[in-house]
Amino acid sequence: MGMTITEKILARASNKNMVSPDDVVIANIDKVMVHDVSGPGVIKVFSEWEKKGINLDHIWNPDRVWISEDHFVPASDRISANNITLLTNWTKKYNIKKHFKYGLGQYGICHTLSHEEGLVLPGEIYVGGDSHTNTTGAMGSLAVGLGHTDIAYVLMYGKIWFKVPETILFKINGNKPEYIMAKDIILKIIGDIGTDGANYKAMQFAGETVDRLSMEERLTLTNMSTEAGAKNGIIEPDETTFEYLKTRTDKKFSPVKGDFDASYSDTITYDIENLDPIIAKPFSPENICTVGDLEGRSIDKAYIGSCTGAKLEDLRMVAKILKGKHVKIRTEVLPAAQSIYFKAIKEGLVSIFLEAGAVVGPPTCGACCGAHMGVLAKDEICISTTNRNFPGRMGHVESQTYLASPIVVAAAAINGKITDPRNEML
Amino acid sequence: MNILRGKVHKYNKDNIDTDVIIPGPYLKIHDHKELGKHAMEGLDPNFSQKISEGDFLLTGKNFGCGSSREHAPIALHQVGIRAILSPSFARIFYRNAVDGGYLLPIEIDSEVIEKISDKDELEINLDNNTIINSTSNEVFKIKPLPDIISKIVKAGGLLYFKI
Repeated sequence: MGMTITEKILARASNKNMVSPDDVVIANIDKVMVHDVSGPGVIKVFSEWEKKGINLDHIWNPDRVWISEDHFVPASDRISANNITLLTNWTKKYNIKKHFKYGLGQYGICHTLSHEEGLVLPGEIYVGGDSHTNTTGAMGSLAVGLGHTDIAYVLMYGKIWFKVPETILFKINGNKPEYIMAKDIILKIIGDIGTDGANYKAMQFAGETVDRLSMEERLTLTNMSTEAGAKNGIIEPDETTFEYLKTRTDKKFSPVKGDFDASYSDTITYDIENLDPIIAKPFSPENICTVGDLEGRSIDKAYIGSCTGAKLEDLRMVAKILKGKHVKIRTEVLPAAQSIYFKAIKEGLVSIFLEAGAVVGPPTCGACCGAHMGVLAKDEICISTTNRNFPGRMGHVESQTYLASPIVVAAAAINGKITDPRNEML
Repeated sequence: MNILRGKVHKYNKDNIDTDVIIPGPYLKIHDHKELGKHAMEGLDPNFSQKISEGDFLLTGKNFGCGSSREHAPIALHQVGIRAILSPSFARIFYRNAVDGGYLLPIEIDSEVIEKISDKDELEINLDNNTIINSTSNEVFKIKPLPDIISKIVKAGGLLYFKI
């Protein structure tokens, strides 16, 4: 019996010839990330451990660690400003050189940096102090989100325990219509299997549609595997992956693919040729319907941001809809990283947004997690390219968030109400 | 450690997520006492005042779904919660609860939820994997902790568990 890509990466990292679902392995870790929320959490764990006599003069390997400032930048208040200082002193202490600082060159949302900067390579195991670490699995890596204690442990020892997950294979076939984006596909899947449909499992995406998807679109699929509870989302690396990495890194890597006789706990097939644009209603990403079902529903604000919904191609699709039009509701665009922001300026996308009346803000997780930079009021209704819409996620517990693709959000922005994007693209 | 006794607080709702357990604005806070004050604020603003040291939570399935914030098990531990009974847990929450040594996640059959009322006194026995409802004198089976989890729990958290 062969192994899936997830099983093969775990086997290699734990020096085993073969692993099977439910095996517990101790895996050596290739890359680690913490940000300005999990970083101070890890620092707190370190200080507790030091009180217990653990020697923390050095960490395992500072060159395999990178830091992003993304959740509370620009600093929203004195506490978040202090957290950034705390994190900066800590990375200096441990000689961690890759610290992407707000206002100092390239920076952005951690998951976006992981691919935009070529920080994680095919075949690697990457753990991050954030649940959407899953995103980076689109690069053919095993990318898993962990909490502060686990990350602190990895920083000390360079390894951690994993239970080998079963893999659900999602085979996505059919020609993708121009009004459909990866966001529609993943919302459809989450709606079908539920927010615990892949709990503890790997979600692997394959099929002719995935083969043809760009790297950035693939990243939307793996990003939201988190919303189905998955341990990891993963796509086998191919020419698209290698081409994407060519301009981003000169590091060597050894990609892994699954065996032809690998075993999957389930194989679920989609034909997306006739898929209607999908939207997730409050208060869960699984609460989906077609955009057409909600046609005409009034919206107060459109938010285009986050690791899943403000990559360069997302912004291009938004610009396509907004070009030459005016927004009817408040519309906020926050590119996912400084490099993407800069490219959007060079391509003229930012001018289109500004001419349409939208505001363009600095890269940050911002209001996606209800932190700052445009949080919602009581009863306020937002349509957003982000990935969660739990109660209070983007602000007041009685605010409402609809999740949709950048195309659908842009169509709502120019109409002030939920609109089937096919009406805007004819 | 193998027998825990306490009062249970019932929130029979599926998919209680981390944004409800500890809302986003508190993510910048790393003072455990302060986090405890805001535990479950998204669902019950008076939660922290209702809990005594050693109490349990009883919830619907997929408890702790959403983000990887360790603030969630920390906040619940800080107010006094020691174990959570649920048909299922989201994976990162489960892992954080165990590896950080904060809480015991106990998987139960979903039918058991109906047989336990808010404020019942329970005894959780990890030696024979049962819960005794001391208020109603009923006994329920719980799912045994997986081997690795049991070892980490016994060690008191991942730090003390030699891998």
